[in-house]
Amino acid sequence: MQTQVLIIGAGVTGTGLARDLALRGVSCVVVEKRDINAGASGGNHGLLHSGARYIVSDPAAARECHRENRLLKSMAPHCIEQTGGIFVAVTGDDEKYAADFPERCRQCEIPVRTLDTDEVRQMEPALASELIAAFEVDDAAIDPFKLSLDNIAHARQQGCRLLRYSRVTGFDITNSRIRHTKVLDELTGQTRHIEAEVVVNAAGAWAGIIAELAGAQIRMHYSKGSLLVTQSRIARRVVNRLRMPTDGDILVPGGTVSILGTSSCRVDSPDKIYPEIPEIDAIIDEGSAMIPELATTRYIRAYCGVRPLPADNRGKDENADDRCVSRGYELIEHARQPEKIENLITITGGKLTTYRLMAEKTADRVCRRLGIQEPCRTRSEPLPDTVDARWTEPGLAPDTWLRKSNSDDVLLCECEMVPESIVTEIVEGIRGQDGRPDLKAIGLRSRIGKGPCQGTFCSQRLAAFLYDQGHLENREGIDELRAFLRERWRGQQPLLWNRSLARAELLEAMHCGLFSIEL
Amino acid sequence: MNNREVDITCDLMIIGTGMAGMAAALFAAERNIKTVQAGQAGQLGFASGLIDVLGVHPASGAQIVDNPWQGISRLRREQPDHPYARMEIPEIQTAVQAVLTFLEKSGYPHISHVEKNMHMITPAGTIKPTYALPHTMAKGPAARAEQKPCLLVDFKGFKGFSGRQITESLADSWPGLRPVRIGFPGTSGELYTERMARALEAPANRRKLVDAVLPLLGDAQIVAFPAVLGISRTLEVTDDLEAGLGVPVFEIPTMLPAATGLRLREKFEHQLRAMGIQPFFQHAVSDVAASADRGWIFTVENQAGCRRIAARAAILCSGRFFGQGLHADRGGIRETIFDLPVVQPTGRAAWHHKDLLHPEGHPVNQAGLAVDDSFRPVDNQGRAIRNDLFTAGSILAHQDWMRQKCGSGLAIATAYRAVNACRDFLALGQTPYL
Repeated sequence: MQTQVLIIGAGVTGTGLARDLALRGVSCVVVEKRDINAGASGGNHGLLHSGARYIVSDPAAARECHRENRLLKSMAPHCIEQTGGIFVAVTGDDEKYAADFPERCRQCEIPVRTLDTDEVRQMEPALASELIAAFEVDDAAIDPFKLSLDNIAHARQQGCRLLRYSRVTGFDITNSRIRHTKVLDELTGQTRHIEAEVVVNAAGAWAGIIAELAGAQIRMHYSKGSLLVTQSRIARRVVNRLRMPTDGDILVPGGTVSILGTSSCRVDSPDKIYPEIPEIDAIIDEGSAMIPELATTRYIRAYCGVRPLPADNRGKDENADDRCVSRGYELIEHARQPEKIENLITITGGKLTTYRLMAEKTADRVCRRLGIQEPCRTRSEPLPDTVDARWTEPGLAPDTWLRKSNSDDVLLCECEMVPESIVTEIVEGIRGQDGRPDLKAIGLRSRIGKGPCQGTFCSQRLAAFLYDQGHLENREGIDELRAFLRERWRGQQPLLWNRSLARAELLEAMHCGLFSIEL
Repeated sequence: MNNREVDITCDLMIIGTGMAGMAAALFAAERNIKTVQAGQAGQLGFASGLIDVLGVHPASGAQIVDNPWQGISRLRREQPDHPYARMEIPEIQTAVQAVLTFLEKSGYPHISHVEKNMHMITPAGTIKPTYALPHTMAKGPAARAEQKPCLLVDFKGFKGFSGRQITESLADSWPGLRPVRIGFPGTSGELYTERMARALEAPANRRKLVDAVLPLLGDAQIVAFPAVLGISRTLEVTDDLEAGLGVPVFEIPTMLPAATGLRLREKFEHQLRAMGIQPFFQHAVSDVAASADRGWIFTVENQAGCRRIAARAAILCSGRFFGQGLHADRGGIRETIFDLPVVQPTGRAAWHHKDLLHPEGHPVNQAGLAVDDSFRPVDNQGRAIRNDLFTAGSILAHQDWMRQKCGSGLAIATAYRAVNACRDFLALGQTPYL
């Protein structure tokens, strides 16, 4: 397989880069070892920062965030809910930080409005009564799955190819150039050799591992952050704790739910990470200081991601809090590094909010290497709203189903009201990308398995439906059930008390007690 | 205690309407104990209808048990805390047989091989070991063993049950399975198990079903359906279908809640009333007060109001978390009615493994009530808390019925022992405290 540019990683950076390059007329292939947003792009708050969170720790990043926030609101409005955001301090929080906040925002050109505490409690009745300061900023909620799915869909319309479940296993390097990239198809076990003029390592937290395959060193820190999903939406706006960033201090709306996070905890490897129970408890305890209801509400899922933080080589304190490490991105041309690989570029670090800018800067370098002079179009050309990404939006599937009211179109997922017709549409989309419509892939592209039953019922219904449609054969369904339920379990396991524990017991009663899938 | 405040006086209060509560009520009725039974009555609806005794041991080795009684004797040696280890095998056999006899007399016979577990097909296309099957399912394992050509009928709009899934998954072990999808007689759109099962109690619907299946029969020597062949008149439904089709039929379990659970619920609810049990189904036990000298006063209530019931003794069969016999918050697990001590792992982090299907099973599933040989809940020194309080079923500690496939057997056997111990207590007229 030949292409001008090979992009490794289909998170927001990789998919954003694919679209940027495709719009400049550059041919690309994206390889992804699992599926869209499998790393940090899928394990975050879904917060489009106003930038105000970084005004003290990283003023440059704060400014950048705000500019991108504005741009994305006009270029990708369908991925964004313009919720607005507030910062609140409760009794005991640092009063000086609160007092300096508006001036620091203004220094970073971030619009801010001072709220009196009565007003803010009217805006968000769930807030604690002991507030000492409050400000309004223009945070928003962004759907990272929709964003990546739409980016890759638009790139594909321009000829880009996406290979999912395709893991880079090595590079053939001669005379300081990558001649071939070896890519293992995880489903068939076959290895492809992809020939590209430029290879971009956009593997996020795995960027160091990829670079190592090419003999290059990138020093990375892995900072795990865990988040919790509430069963219902608790606030209309993004609610931030007004203090230096720490655990459990942001609550972001995500359609019909709210997402509380996050923690920051150094891990040795980006693989095999879990939201741990002590972290979860700390997040809940901190969050409930700001919003008391968070202590008693039902949580339906926890998840985590690893922030790829390029370690500062210029000798900063090794043991500093990872929140102090710059959230700025790192763009490395390996031609200029000791390993001198002419056609390898690494882009890592950064934030969801600035993904487009990272893609633009990377594409500029790629084009310079290719001798192409096309300008970036993602600043001015809106991101199209595509069918591939439609069904990640909470509430849309039920609306559509109720409007059509076709009684033959049975609901496979009753919690989130996803009928057979929508699953069929998603399956066709996956097939169109040369993919295999497995349970996890369908779950990623819809709300299936994300409601209170966490897959107890919809998993088997979906497996049955896929067999009926000829998408599964032999004993694949049993493996699919195991894989899907295990994946859902990762997110339930730290949250199993009260009714969630009863639900988990029902899940095990049916899937182990009756189906015996553990045997 | 003031008797004027009491609506009903009885000797035994059974709390719970799952398999353990129902079995306890049956044994109490057979022993002429004046009994009231209360509970939410929902749990049996989630029973699979398969009567497990012991299907897997050791669970960590995923070792399927061929002979459940041999399996139990090994379990008794290797897991001396397991509730089964407090009982002798003949006693467990007697208890299980008593329930099977009751079901047979109620018109819903079960089939078992006494010394051998049966291997039942599930809708996930897996095989599950179980001890006894309702007559509606009984012909399945033999047909599979004999590799008979079998037509597997499923219904359009009946989700979570795909003949094709089962056929594909079992292709190696039963190549003679052939799936076919038809419309359920007289309906369109989404189908629900209970409605389908009740519809087939009407002869006209059965005729339509036979008419739809006959032309598809081909070389099939047996026909499989999802478990919807009636609720209360399953013998009549299966006889009729077999006569119409000219071949035997059998059911494959469905997802939960299933018709098979409803059948058990109907049989128990109906027969136990006739046997003299005073039921408060769909009632919650909202309060309990212990008296030093005369047993318990319970308050049971539903939307219509509440009743106060005085009982000389009680058997707690309230189930686990799903049955609401146990409740967990972030800090720990408690028993919901008497606030009895619960054996539990230290700290929530130890409740579950990170892998759903971890071969050891989740430690929280072994949490529950510790008991003595009379199945009286005990404190952490192993001493019975009261003389007049017994417990049975899944609320017991040191067992994992889901992984060990021992849910019904455990419920029935422990209820049997608890009722006998309770009968002895009542006969002796002991005081509630030891």
